Amino acid sequence: MAIVLKCHRGIGPTVTGEALVAADNFSARYDLDRSKGIFSRASHRLFGESYHDKILVLVTAKGGVASAWMLREMKQRGLVPKAIVFDRTNTILAQGAAFAELALVDRFEAGDPTTLIRSGDELLIEPDRGLVTILNRS
Amino acid sequence: MQLNDEEQAMLAGALGPARQWAIKHQLAVGNFFDAADFVRVGQAHIMADTESLGASGVAWLEALAALPAEQRRVSIPTITDPRGLDFASYRRLKQTEAMAELEARTIRAFEALGVLLTNTCINYQTILPPVRGEHMAFGDTGVVIYCNSVLGARSNFEGGPSALAAALTGRTPRYGYHLDLNRTGSRHFAIHYRPRDLADWGALGGIVGRASNSYWQVPVLTGLAAPPSSDELKHFGAALASFGSVALYHIPGVTPEAASLEAAFAGRPPPAALPIGDEDVAAFYAAYAAAGDKVDVVVFAAPQLSLMEMRQVADLLAGRRIGADTTLLVATSPEIKFAADRMGLTQTIEQAGGIVAAGVCFYQSYAREMAEANGWQRLMTNSAKLVNIIAGYGYRPTLASMERCIDSAVAGRVL
Repeated sequence: MAIVLKCHRGIGPTVTGEALVAADNFSARYDLDRSKGIFSRASHRLFGESYHDKILVLVTAKGGVASAWMLREMKQRGLVPKAIVFDRTNTILAQGAAFAELALVDRFEAGDPTTLIRSGDELLIEPDRGLVTILNRS
Repeated sequence: MQLNDEEQAMLAGALGPARQWAIKHQLAVGNFFDAADFVRVGQAHIMADTESLGASGVAWLEALAALPAEQRRVSIPTITDPRGLDFASYRRLKQTEAMAELEARTIRAFEALGVLLTNTCINYQTILPPVRGEHMAFGDTGVVIYCNSVLGARSNFEGGPSALAAALTGRTPRYGYHLDLNRTGSRHFAIHYRPRDLADWGALGGIVGRASNSYWQVPVLTGLAAPPSSDELKHFGAALASFGSVALYHIPGVTPEAASLEAAFAGRPPPAALPIGDEDVAAFYAAYAAAGDKVDVVVFAAPQLSLMEMRQVADLLAGRRIGADTTLLVATSPEIKFAADRMGLTQTIEQAGGIVAAGVCFYQSYAREMAEANGWQRLMTNSAKLVNIIAGYGYRPTLASMERCIDSAVAGRVL
């Protein structure tokens, strides 16, 4: 029996993938080397990690309006997270996910998802239903 | 979301594919944030430098620009944030012809859409400031926080696609900072510190931003001695937005929606105040300290400089010479650059060896590629926002006052 987490209705398609979790924040402009597909800010808890095809689980989105364009550009170049899960997003990442047609959810009933989901967990993200399922744990 | 007849027509495609895309995009965002309906906006401000657009984003804009005029033209006054490069100075900064070509294509596309290419992040100082209560669709976090907090306007952070959507439809979903209920204070900071210069104001913004750390928090600051200047609040807000993703703050007695501490919290008892003192600011600076290091590049930008800041830079550089192995770059808006040219400020800065770039803001200008092409690592600036951003681009940033940045540029090492 998998663990089902309820969240606010999200943006983008239903996807499955592997979680990459950190109690840290996110900005495509500030934190990433988009040409290599890795976190490039030395002080970020995911520094050096590849984000490609991962479901990022982070606390919030930080300043940097550019992320709204960058998600779509990252998707078109094929180096992009599969989905982003936040405790609470700012407007930019929600707008960027809508523009890129990338899955994004936030506002969980059980609290901060970075405390509920572990790196390596297999996740099913259903933005239309407002559900995130941890497939490998019960 | 509730749609009126005009909005239904846009959604049905009766006003063409550009407005249909725009309102569909806005519905996705509005539904995500539980907006009840749309609100008309007075201006849109689009952040769309080519570094973040990429080739695919430019091609997407060009497809919109190829539509018939009545389908593609924006429906409200629409302006732009800084561009990816300045055609007058890009070769000196070793930006490439490919970057310039992409920039030229973007400019042609925006012109076809009827966008005014102001290329500025200080439109509230130089173009047309909003008035209290006016709804806007502004990009650039520094613009939004200044207009929300200092002027009492109402805007969310609108990323480039969303600001362009608002430009096409003339409205935006009514959520976030368009609503009264989100505009009251949620955090209280007691400031036991006297900022002396713009870098200090930025440091203070960075500290409050780190502590707030959410788009949905509204910090309230008490204890500041005198009303700050526009440039001081520009640096404070830009850093607060950059470090904390914050879009609105109140300073009771100074900002328009907080006549008093009670008003800032809408009559509710203020939460316990978090004190901020000299030692917090000293620790903030210390994290970026690098005394004695060679300085590769000194940058005054983020936000673009006002005419008053241009005067200060020129006065500090007059009759001096920047070190042979150091680059000094000043970024301002096209309007201020024109004024600085006319008043001899540009000449003074360039005679000292500095570069004055117009319509750019450094970090939106292929900062990583510039660092690689010029061999830059150590960067000095008086912008707390820039030290926050630029580390992700491979720089080692140091924050210091404008005076110390210029002394260091002349000496060629961090003083």
